[in-house]
Amino acid sequence: MKNKKEKVLISNGQGFWGDSILGPIRLLREGPIDYLTLDYLAEVTMSIMQKLKSRNPDAGYATDFIKLLERILPEAQEKGVRIIASAGGVNAQACLEAAGAVVKKLGLSGVKIATVTGDDILHRIDEMEGAGEKFKNMDTGASWSDVRSKISSANVYLGAAGIVDALDQGADIVICGRVTDPALVLGPMVHEFGWHFDDYDKLAAGTVAGHIVECGAQCTGANYTNWRKIENFAMIGYPIIEMKADGEFCITKHPGTGGEVSIESVTSQLMYEMGDPENYITPDVVVDFTTVKLEEQGKDRVRVYGIRGKKATDFLKVSASYANGYKAIGQLTIAGPDALEKAKICADIIWKRLAYENVFFSEANKMVEFLGAAVCHAGIAVEPATSDEIVLRVGVKDADRAKVDRFAMEIVPLVTSGPPGVTGFAGGRPKATEIVSYWPALINKTRINHHVHVETF
Amino acid sequence: MKIKLSEIAYARSGDKGDGSNVGIAAYTDAGYTFLKELLTPGRLKAHFKEICFGKVERYEMPNIRALNFILHDSLGGGGSESLKTDAQGKTHGLGLLYMEVEIDSLEGLKS
Repeated sequence: MKNKKEKVLISNGQGFWGDSILGPIRLLREGPIDYLTLDYLAEVTMSIMQKLKSRNPDAGYATDFIKLLERILPEAQEKGVRIIASAGGVNAQACLEAAGAVVKKLGLSGVKIATVTGDDILHRIDEMEGAGEKFKNMDTGASWSDVRSKISSANVYLGAAGIVDALDQGADIVICGRVTDPALVLGPMVHEFGWHFDDYDKLAAGTVAGHIVECGAQCTGANYTNWRKIENFAMIGYPIIEMKADGEFCITKHPGTGGEVSIESVTSQLMYEMGDPENYITPDVVVDFTTVKLEEQGKDRVRVYGIRGKKATDFLKVSASYANGYKAIGQLTIAGPDALEKAKICADIIWKRLAYENVFFSEANKMVEFLGAAVCHAGIAVEPATSDEIVLRVGVKDADRAKVDRFAMEIVPLVTSGPPGVTGFAGGRPKATEIVSYWPALINKTRINHHVHVETF
Repeated sequence: MKIKLSEIAYARSGDKGDGSNVGIAAYTDAGYTFLKELLTPGRLKAHFKEICFGKVERYEMPNIRALNFILHDSLGGGGSESLKTDAQGKTHGLGLLYMEVEIDSLEGLKS
């Protein structure tokens, strides 16, 4: 083992593809960190990536990452900060080459870039079916044969081991395909401290740390329901894990940044996207979130300890996606007086005109919302009896694209053929887009090996 | 006196397939005891009657004074299938904090 640090500073600067690039830029600029993790994946991202790659063999990864790298790489190199990003999509090699081109363009050299792959099993489905994998939908129990012919992507969630290998090989930048969000921070912990993959309490601690920071500023005061207490959302600090070798850690942020790190800010994120808290399953460990203890240690520091984990299961989760029809959503702004009443009439007009054309949608495939009149909190918040301004949002979905296209033609005409005060049609006619549905399944761990590839630029 | 849960608790929510997860945490131990008694799955189901069309599951996290609920069938299909504005249940936590309850006193319940 090389020289071990007493504690390692791991930050997360990107909670999802589309998060503010100021997060990583400011994490590097405003204080010390050792690792910068960046998460670019959502459930259906891989399907979009497969589509892009099928049109262009050099595409299929998160291009935002490359643009960000141009901004941050000189400073990261100067400060010795290593970057771990789930930006590889379904084409990590192309992402590596694009990152290598950035290294050259910036006049840097000696930068080691690694890919961690093995997650993409789209081309291995026949082989795995032959080996007995059923790919049953783990949420609904539905049969794989329902969707088999429509599958457009299939990726396994990898754990931290591939990232550890890449860091062990000296990578400055690690580009992953599909990995779990907590693996992005667990990887550097295992690498730095030499934790073993049967040291379940430590793996659990790293996983809890990863869960807390995986949505960036959501653990530093953003999205806190008692929001008036939070200062300076504009310059909110992104989270930093101060991890020690024994698995105890603190969540903090750079001094002087906005937001807060408190029991409440960390607890809020501990609850986020939680299922059964006693059995939080990852490829590396099963974590018991009811063992997590929190303690405030001065301003903007929360100590997290006591975490217990159990042996991981024998399975890995597959995230597959399939084409599932079409949808279109359009909206109009209805100005008052009597905006809500007029918006309801407008929605009714759309269905009547479609009925004239013999175009019908089932109730489950239609959606009408009157934004401004308690939509998100239907039945909870008070719906106003009337309103001076309402946004009418209306949408349909159907297997038949032509029906969806026909619907899309009936929204803008309301400006000149309905009640007065209808505007806000600048977006024009909405487009029918393909619905990409998500298919979660389990496969045996033994089928999957991660691959690490390192190049120096 | 009548209060909203937002006076004694905070919340966060997100998506879980075609359902949402709603976590609610009390500011104090007494608040957690109160929430644990009050917030049965049936009470949640009634509160979210125009949002949640499936069953409600509840989990306890006493270590952080929190309850975690899964509201099944509350996202209009979830993911890219949903036509709803809040397709991921991001606002369901705030929705729970609207709940009004009758209590004797706020003593020991506020942060």
